[in-house]
Amino acid sequence: MTIPLIEFRNVTKRFGDTTVLDGIDMQVYEGQITVIIGKSGTGKTVLLKHVIGLLEPDSGTILFKGRPVSDMSKKEKKTFYRQFSYMFQGNAMFDSMTVLDNVALPLHETTRLKKKAVFTKAMARIRQVELGEVADKYPSELSGGMQKRAALARALVTDPKIVLFDEPTTGQDPIRKNAILSMIAQSKRKFGFSAIVISHEIPDILFISDRVIMLWEGKVAFQGTWLEMQRQKLPMAAEYLASLEGFEDQLTGLMSKQMFRSRYKSELASLPGIKSMVIVVFSVELDLITEKLGAEAAVRVISRLGEFISSQLDGVGGFSTRQQRDHILTVFPQLEYEEVVQLLDKFTAVLQGRPLHDIQVQALEEAESDNCFNIVVYAGIAELASSEPLEEVFHKAAANQKVIAQFRCDEIGG
Amino acid sequence: MDSKTFSHPLIGHQKHGNGSPVWQRPFANLGAKVIRMVTDLGASALFLLKTFVLIFRPKQISAIITQVYHIGAKSSGIVLMVGLFTGMVMGLQMYYALVTYGSEAALGSAVALSLVRELGPVLTAVMITARAGSAMTAEIGIQRISEQIDALQTMGINPVKYLISPRLAASVISFPILTAFFDLIGLAGGFLTGVVLLGLNPGVYFYRVCDSLTGSDVTGGFVKAIVFAVLVSTICTFQGFFCHTHSESRGAHSVSIATTSAVVLSCVWILVADYVVTSFLM
Repeated sequence: MTIPLIEFRNVTKRFGDTTVLDGIDMQVYEGQITVIIGKSGTGKTVLLKHVIGLLEPDSGTILFKGRPVSDMSKKEKKTFYRQFSYMFQGNAMFDSMTVLDNVALPLHETTRLKKKAVFTKAMARIRQVELGEVADKYPSELSGGMQKRAALARALVTDPKIVLFDEPTTGQDPIRKNAILSMIAQSKRKFGFSAIVISHEIPDILFISDRVIMLWEGKVAFQGTWLEMQRQKLPMAAEYLASLEGFEDQLTGLMSKQMFRSRYKSELASLPGIKSMVIVVFSVELDLITEKLGAEAAVRVISRLGEFISSQLDGVGGFSTRQQRDHILTVFPQLEYEEVVQLLDKFTAVLQGRPLHDIQVQALEEAESDNCFNIVVYAGIAELASSEPLEEVFHKAAANQKVIAQFRCDEIGG
Repeated sequence: MDSKTFSHPLIGHQKHGNGSPVWQRPFANLGAKVIRMVTDLGASALFLLKTFVLIFRPKQISAIITQVYHIGAKSSGIVLMVGLFTGMVMGLQMYYALVTYGSEAALGSAVALSLVRELGPVLTAVMITARAGSAMTAEIGIQRISEQIDALQTMGINPVKYLISPRLAASVISFPILTAFFDLIGLAGGFLTGVVLLGLNPGVYFYRVCDSLTGSDVTGGFVKAIVFAVLVSTICTFQGFFCHTHSESRGAHSVSIATTSAVVLSCVWILVADYVVTSFLM
């Protein structure tokens, strides 16, 4: 059995008469993104501060790779906590220092790197979060969103092994919100850190999660994967997720997953004789685009693709949602399989023309680098029997995907 | 991370007296206040010890120079101005007091001894407390309530080493230098009123200044300045660093309370220490 990287055993924390954490038992595994969700005031931040040692439990044990942190010597604790980095909810930027100095601070104070190397590394991180032009400004001169990104750069500059993010996307617009989440997911893959993220960004945060822990009134209401959470149908989880999801996916303008499910159910109910529906799964290689062009450019691609799908397919009875971070699912309740194939051909012809060109141009405008990178759009079709779970057919369609449109960046301007 | 850089012993403790019967509450509150005072005193001493040790860690020189600029250089204007007028007022007052007995020639001695032994170190320390000490408390307090100090800990940076030690070292450097400036400009102030305005012989004034001052007077003044530097920087940084432990206030209000307490406590302790050090030096 895998030993958890961090484990809480019956951890309780009280402030005065208020019990904030009430016998928390939870596990965080190495190399995963663990997302902590829950209503405001349920102790998410307090829990995170216990992980990093800013708070100590009144009772219970916190273990690191099976070993109680309380049993560690001072030196061991120091080595242990050095592996962490923490991005605070309120950013905790030093307001008397410029962004560059803020990001360089941990390197300058805790490493033996030369000043030039420190600033080069800090600048690289700042550019990664698209703040290169404001590196010499003070935090008070930046917008809330920019401050968040500066804090993100500072959290990642030391290449930590475990990163704790306390609401990293609060105050960001949908594009930037998703860009930051993409950046976290990509950095995690690139540097191999484990992450614990507190977020209310449903469903975006769940797209990048490996494991979800839900806190409810100081206790762990659920822990496991997002899929398991959906399958278990916990009333409190459903209520919480529904309250945050809204009607529309902010990034693409498509239906939220919740709205999509209701529409799907109502379509099934309104067509009692229906045996099957046709679904199409569209996708782009978001991680690859992120790597080549930057997170914001990549997020814009999926955003524009979503808008295009909505404009082309809603009119013929299709309805769509972003099923995964870079996968859009469209259901055609009233069309036959062959009709959808023909429709997809027409869709591809239009997409291959001006729209994809515009998407590519905009992505390259947003790009942090001069990389010439081709954007490829994939689509897969599958038939959904009314008795089959939608998720399974989604995976079947995703497995059937092939290239439907491709735009070479060297053709821009042609 | 060196998370246990320094923690206040009362962090996490409940307010006293709330659960007691009504008639016991005044005693419980009084007891709590006494416990708080004694604990603060002990915690301050440990805080000072830790701060002192961390001065000698690497990468402190530039931070100390920066703080010398903030605490010392930036306070020099106000210290020189107060020194000048103190010397002028002393020249004026003492001249008229001495002339009654026909001993106005002793003006140089009177001004020099009172400035170098007492007024120089005390008024300089009070001025620096008002200008730089309050700023130290407010700055560190804001860093505490905006989680910047927690951020330092999570980055593996010892906040006492990074924020407090340079301020202590800079105070120990700046206080004696500013005291020397205060003494010099005060003597010039006494010269202005005694010699330029009231017509005392300049040679007599300077002769009496040089004749009456001994090496131990000057050393004693500097000893006081160093003691005051340690007291003021410890009190001001301690109040800011632990502003969040005041149970009766939160957020910005806790910073304002800490700043007021820092200035008042520093001034009181300067006078108490002045008496104690003087009694040892005499």
